[in-house]
This record gives sequence, C-alpha cells and structure tokens, in this order.
Amino acid sequence: MIQPAKPDLVTVNIDGKEIAVPKGTNVIEAARLVNVDVPHYCYHPKLAVVGNCRMCLIEMGMPAVDPATKVPIMDPATGKQKINWIPRPQIGCGTNVSPGLHVKTTSPMVKDAREGVMEFLLINHPLDCPICDQAGECKLQEQATGYGRGYSRFIEQKNVKPKRTQLGPRVTLDDERCVLCSRCIRFSRDVAGQDVLGFVDRGSYSTLTCHPDKKLDHNYSLNTVDICPVGALTSTDFRFKMRVWFLKQTNSICTESSAGVNSVVWSREGVIYRITPRRNDEVNETWMPDSGRVLYKQVQSADRLKSGTALDALVAQAAAIFKTSAGAISVVGSGRSSVEEQFVTKKLAAALGAQAHLVKRVGEGDKLLISADRNPNTRGALVTGLISQLPCAELKQLSGEIDSGKVKTVVAINEDLLAAGLTAAQLAKVSVIYLGTHANATSAAAKVVIPTVTVFEKAGTFINQQFRIQKFIQAVPPLSGAHNDLTALATLSAAAGSPVASELGTLWPVIAAEVPALGTMLYKNIPETGLLLDSTPWAGLPFAEGETLHFKPAAPAAAVTA
Amino acid sequence: MSAPAQQRIIFQHIDEPGYTNDIECYLRNGGYEVLKKSVGRKPEELIDEVKKSGLRGRGGAGFPCGVKWGLVDRKSGKPIYLIVNADESEPGTFKDRYIMHQDPHQLIEGTIISCFANNVKQAYIYIRGEMPEGARILEKAIAEARAKNFVGPNILGTGYSCEIYVHRGAGAYICGEETGLIESLEGKRANPRIKPPYFPAVLGLYQCPTIVNNVETLCQVKYICDVGGEAYAKIGTPGNTGTRIFCVSGHVQRPGYYEFPAGTITMGQLLNDVCGGPLPGRTFKAVIPGGSSAKVLKFGERYKGKRKVGADMVDYDWGVEDVPMDFDSLAMIGSMGGSGGVIVMDDTVNMVEALANINAFYSHESCGQCTPCREGSLWMKKISSRMVNGDARPQDGALLKSVADQIPGRTICAFGEACSWPTQSFTIKFKDEFDAYSEVKKTLPADRTVLV
Repeated sequence: MIQPAKPDLVTVNIDGKEIAVPKGTNVIEAARLVNVDVPHYCYHPKLAVVGNCRMCLIEMGMPAVDPATKVPIMDPATGKQKINWIPRPQIGCGTNVSPGLHVKTTSPMVKDAREGVMEFLLINHPLDCPICDQAGECKLQEQATGYGRGYSRFIEQKNVKPKRTQLGPRVTLDDERCVLCSRCIRFSRDVAGQDVLGFVDRGSYSTLTCHPDKKLDHNYSLNTVDICPVGALTSTDFRFKMRVWFLKQTNSICTESSAGVNSVVWSREGVIYRITPRRNDEVNETWMPDSGRVLYKQVQSADRLKSGTALDALVAQAAAIFKTSAGAISVVGSGRSSVEEQFVTKKLAAALGAQAHLVKRVGEGDKLLISADRNPNTRGALVTGLISQLPCAELKQLSGEIDSGKVKTVVAINEDLLAAGLTAAQLAKVSVIYLGTHANATSAAAKVVIPTVTVFEKAGTFINQQFRIQKFIQAVPPLSGAHNDLTALATLSAAAGSPVASELGTLWPVIAAEVPALGTMLYKNIPETGLLLDSTPWAGLPFAEGETLHFKPAAPAAAVTA
Repeated sequence: MSAPAQQRIIFQHIDEPGYTNDIECYLRNGGYEVLKKSVGRKPEELIDEVKKSGLRGRGGAGFPCGVKWGLVDRKSGKPIYLIVNADESEPGTFKDRYIMHQDPHQLIEGTIISCFANNVKQAYIYIRGEMPEGARILEKAIAEARAKNFVGPNILGTGYSCEIYVHRGAGAYICGEETGLIESLEGKRANPRIKPPYFPAVLGLYQCPTIVNNVETLCQVKYICDVGGEAYAKIGTPGNTGTRIFCVSGHVQRPGYYEFPAGTITMGQLLNDVCGGPLPGRTFKAVIPGGSSAKVLKFGERYKGKRKVGADMVDYDWGVEDVPMDFDSLAMIGSMGGSGGVIVMDDTVNMVEALANINAFYSHESCGQCTPCREGSLWMKKISSRMVNGDARPQDGALLKSVADQIPGRTICAFGEACSWPTQSFTIKFKDEFDAYSEVKKTLPADRTVLV
C-alpha cells in the first residue's frame, strides 16, 4: 500500500467548531467535515466554481488584529479574539479556507438569505413533485423542505419552458424544471471536452439548449443527468421507469475497461434499472462513461445461457473429459473474471497440468475513463499468477498447440474462442468446456456448457490499471439456471484433484497466504475506494493503456545495453 | 441664491456651432497637444497626476480612478488591456453618446494618454450595441488618428505603440458591468464573473490585468494631464473634484445635459434655475438623481445628519432642493450620484406606473445568471404589471418591498442593487400610492391600453 502525502493544514472555525483542513479547501467541503450541510445547486466538487445559484450564502469573518501592530484585538465579553464579520453574506463555494477563517451557516442573515433564494427558485418551478421523475433525489425538494419558508407568496403566472426536449440520444430535457445552475454546461465543456450546451434568451426566460447543429451525444452525456440537481435532465433509458426510493443501491465496478470506474447499481426485486457513478476521487472522481451504464442490460438479455442440469452433473461430464484428455488441456481464463475467480482458475489449471491463457482485449482509450485495455482485470490475472506475461494477440500460442495436436481440450471461461482468434476448424479439433453467461459460437460448439452469472449477480474484486484492488458487491440474485463462477470453478478444481474454497470469506485467507501482493488482505477489509497495491513486480511490462483521468503510464525504462 | 455658471470642459465643444467631429477641426482647436505633452513625460508621472486630481469614475460607482489604476497587477508579466466602457445604457443617462458623436477625438486622445500611462498596448472601445452611428464615427476617427500617427505603431515617433479597436456590443444592459463587458468582449454571454477571484485588475480580459474606464472618465484624464492634477483638484469640492455632467430628463422646462464643477450646484438650483423648473402649473413630485437604478427622492421629505466640511462635522437639514449634487452628499441621503442621469417627475406621474416601467426594464435586462436577480427582477415586474393592469391588491406594495429586500447583497454583480433599489425606494416613499392602488381597478376604462 502506498500512503498519500500529508496535506498542508489550516485551522478554521465553522459554527463554533474548530477543524484543521487542507489549505485552500472549499468552505462547503470544510463544513461537510464537521457534518454541517451548506446547501447548494451550482457547486460541484469536480467542476469550476460559478456561484450562480446563491444558495450557499454564508456569513464569514476573520479574527480582528490591529492594522498597525498586528496584535490581536480581544473581545471583552468572551475573552477571545474578536471576529470581524463581513456585513454581507458570501458564497461558500467561491470561498477557500484561510487560516483563522470563521464561518456561520445558521445565523439570522444566512437564514434570511437562503429563504429568499429558495423562494425565488420556486416561483417559476413546476410544483408537481408527486409526478416528477426526480422525486426522491431532488435537491430542490430537499432544500425547499430544509431551508425554505414553507409557503409561497407568488400569485403571478409562472414561466413555462419546453418539455421533453431530446438533447441527445440518451438525454431528455424537461426545461421547465431547470434552475439554470449550469453544471451540465460546465461538465460538457470542461470535463467531457465537448462544448455543446448553452443557455439562450435572458433572465428568467433563459433556456438550456444545444448549440446549433450540435447534439449532446458524447459518451459522457449521462453524467449531466447525474449532476443535474433537479429533474431537468433525465436519462431517456430510466425516465419514468421506477421511483428511486424503491431501488436498492449496491456498490459495483464497471467492467468496460481497466479504468475500474466505481459505480452504483440500482435494482428492485432482482431487476436492475440503472447504473450511476460512485465517487472515487482517485479513480473516476464522480464520472462514468455512458457505455458502461448499459452493461446491466445483459442480465436480462434473451441470449443468457441457462441450464436445467445440476452443477455437479455438469462438472461430472467435464471431469470425464479431463480424464480422457489428461496432459492435453488448456485453460483460457478471462480478463473479465474477478481476482477470486482468476485465483481459482489458476488452481484449476495447475490441477489439470494446463497452460493458462488470457484473451487480449485492446482498443482505443478515450483519455477520460475508458482505457485502451478493455479487460477490467488484466492486472488481477498477473497478480494472482494466472498469467505471467501480458496476453498475446489472437491466442497465437494456443492456436499453434491445437494445430499440432498438443491440446485436445480447452476450458474456456466466458470468452468466445472464435472471436478471440481461433478458427472454426481449430475449434472443431478440441473438446470445449465452456463457462459463460451468454450464448456464442463457442458455447454452441462446446461439449459441456456451465452457465455462469454476470458481475451484477456475484461479489468479488478487480485490480484496475492503477493496480488498485476494488470491491464489487452482488446487486441482484443470480439468474435461475446459472451457477456462481467461483462455485463452478472450485467444483471443477476439486474434480480435477485440487479442492479449493468457493466462498469469499474462506477463500481470501488462502489468497492472502499464496499471493504476495495480496498478503494481509481480506475481502471484508478492502475499503470502498479500493487499495493501491505495490506494482513493482510488473513495472517492466508493456501495458497498453495511455493516459486517462487519474492514470499516467509508467515512464519507459531506460534502454539497457546488453 | 442663483446657480453657478456651467464649466464646460468635457462638453466644451458639444453643440458648438461649426464644430465638426473630424480630426482637422479637432486639431484646429488644440487637439492632440496634450498627447504630445504627455508622451514626453514618464508614465508614472501621469498616474501620479491622476491620483492627485482625485478624479472619481464617471460611470456610476464613483470609484477613484487613480486608485483603480493603482490596483492593476503590473508584475504578472501578462499584457495589460484597457477597455473603454462606452456601453451607456442606464436609463436617464445620455452624456457619453454626445462625446462619441460630436467630439470623438477627445475620447481617443484620452484613451491613448491613459494607455501610455499604464503601459497598455491594446485598447478596446466597447460601445453599446444600439449605437451603430457612434461606432462608425469612432472607427473613422481612429483611422484619421492613425493616419496622423496618434494611434498605432510608433506614436509620434516615441517608440510607443498602441492600437485601439471598436467593439460593438449586442444590446444588453449587463455589458455595462465590467466583468460582463469582458465576457462579451471575449465572445461569451455577458455573464458577470464572481469576485473574487475575477477582479479585472488582476484577471480581466483573456485572464490578463485589465483597466475598465468610462468614456467621460478618460476625457477627464486628458484634461488632468493638460492642466495637472493639482489644478484639477481645485475644481469642484473636496472629495468631489472636477466637473460633473448631469443629464436632466423628464418634467422640466429645459431638459438637457449640463456640466458643472462637482458639488457646487444643488438639486434645486439645477432643476429650477438651470432647467427652468417644473412645467407650467405643475409641481415636482420625485427625482431620481443618478440614473434609473438610483433610489428615488421625494420632494417634501427632509434629510438630516452630520457631514464633514473641512475638518469639522457639521449638521445638515436638507430638503431635496438643498442637496449638493456630488457623490458623497447623495449617498448620505440614501441615494447615489451614479452616472449623472437626473430623471424628474412631476405631479402628473403615478408612481406605481413609473415603477412598473422601471421594473419592466430591469427584468428584461437581467442576464439570468444568478437566482435572486433573475427571479426577483421578473417577480417584481409581474407584480407591478398586474397592479397597473387593474388587479392590484392592498398588500402588493409590501410584497414588492419584501421581494426587493431579498435581492441586494446576494447577487453576483451590482445589477441586483440596480434592479431592487427602485422598488425599495418607491414602495417606501410612496407607500400611500401603492396601498391605495387597489382601488384603481374600479376606475380603469375598459379600453385602457395595457401597460408593461
């Protein structure tokens, strides 16, 4: 584990509580550290400050000192240093802490300011909360309750703005609900790098729209929905599908690439309705690609593999094949398997005396949160020892061994061997034992098919491009007729003569004992934001990934003269 | 006591018969002589003259020009820009347009001198979008000046170069706010920036140190560099030096623009002696002394307190007519001198309707960036509009006041004050009219024109 550097601290006073925070911390963040909520709409910890909603107004003061001598001026009433309070409220989001800063978040001036801003925000806002899709997670709703006056004096005609505007393929805008905080504009311009959104018209008639001839169609467009504090920007896919308070939230990891984006899976009664990003300041901040959110649809897709046969019976069939092919077996593991599954895969391969391979899955990175390595767990395979080199293209080695007759049986774990580079002729030469989630050419040709579960139907860990081990939790029950990967692999390994635990709690001590990089670790002790491992043993490997958010490739080693 | 005489310095040639806006006429009248004199001096000497002069900005806030120049970040290594704020859009104010239309070279000379003093190589004249003729005149004047080596490379052979560009706005009042102006100049929506950190003197145009000065202010600078800061400081009154241009509009017999030593003329002298007093048979009811955003003054009310005269604190007890027309006196009685636009209303004016007009303007001009101004200005407008169109309620005056109180001090820029001060002052000082306006709907004729 690598310890983060200690920050430069300053002492500030928030509502009478002293706290030491890193210098330059935003007042809203500093208040959060003492459990004080400073309400806001336009402020976002990962976006530029614009201070336009005016909801985070606070009272600010600095300790009084004599201008000439710099000697503190004491307050006779309290015996402490006198505080010079600024007569006007200041925005918290536009204020960074400095030594001695004093903040009041509950003074009469602040209360009056917030009530005024809240009243203004509501006067042109539709008051149809019961039928709004943002109900249950709306900041306007929450802060109107917490900071508003509880009644309205507005009797005029409300402004009416467009509804159901399709801004892009995945985002629908109900502009009548917009509070003009501009978070979406700043995100699109500053984070996603595509300046497509803007306001037209002026004053209270300002309307959010796309620039002429542009659409909100970049692969991060759904982040604008996440950060919209009200129900203006909605996901076309999720819109009016489910009330959020009915949904269970489960922490997970995106498997789209080795970036290892932290996510939350929202589900109810075994059905997943949406995926949103989960904040990890070291990995994905608060963002997530759109393409990573649609992965949940695979759970319910029509081509899921399922079987009416018991796992033991399937394993018995595989064991029979193992017996007849002894010494001529290969295992194709998956970069999409979890660390635990890869560990057991290694056990299985060892028991079979089989060479283990991994499918290479390299594409183009987007410099943000999709890395060039589209396997989420290549580093897990290295750390567990399933592989010792990076996977080669098109399973070249295995391909040669099949042609030469050296390999007669292949255990394929959730990888379509045809798509991975084998030919149909080669596939016909071997007996395939396939463990996977969805039907494909390999599962069709396999002699034994063991249906397994998706990442959403199990728990485990992945190691991302940073060599950070991160945990994902089971979100929904497994599909009926599918088997847990770990259980299936462990049962196969036992059948091959090498029993291994199949439950995370009992397996992890074994992993910790046998995998040096994971020593002292237990599944339940891995924090939600993951742990950085020591990547020194693999520093020389030519990883595919280029720079993305929070990741820089290691500098190439100096040339060695042989 | 009769009014003092006008002292036309900036407006010396405005409306002068035979005076034309071309450079030949300007040169015949001593034009660009101050520039020649100034580029022969050290820049810091010129800044010092401006500081000594006590010149306060003529755009509205009255901030001392020399102090403003002193705040410019000269150590950043970035270029310093100067922007001439010619976005004259405050209702009631119409002085800058006459300078630009009739005496544009005065502005150009003042601009170049100010650029020289501050080591500025590029200046922009940001002119209001609705002044296309003014823009054309300025472009022509700059071309004339460039032809004679007063603008452009190697000015007057000194080695100093400065370019001036004219940039037309798109017709938004908010572009008169300095950071909104800068945003517009950069090609963005004119959304004022938050301060801190975006103080123009540090992070202005293209994130470089920037000076934003009013048209009249720069003309005053030219005069200061001519006669010297000390001589300039003798004009007017202590703390309010130089001349002040008043644009008087509304119900007086002689509306127009007048230039007086600052603080030497009272409101009563200006309106009665200079402007001929109220129209026949009428009496003055109210006056807005510094452009429509300033708080209204009600004739008949009295202002009492202590004020500084020399080294002494002296009691004052003034009616509207007694108030000296300077920044500090008007601030003392609860209003402001602003840009010098004096709007006069006599007893024919219904104050509810006058406020409705003002509120309509400000809600239209709100840029929409921050909540209190965006929603508050429109809300005030809607209340006012409903009132004057026949559906007033007795409590509407109090509601207007309360809404207005929720705006100032909580917005990103001073527009919040600009749009709320009229409502605050009108509803307090003319409370009777607002409270009684609910009776008006009973008497409105059916064919009455819908107001605002």
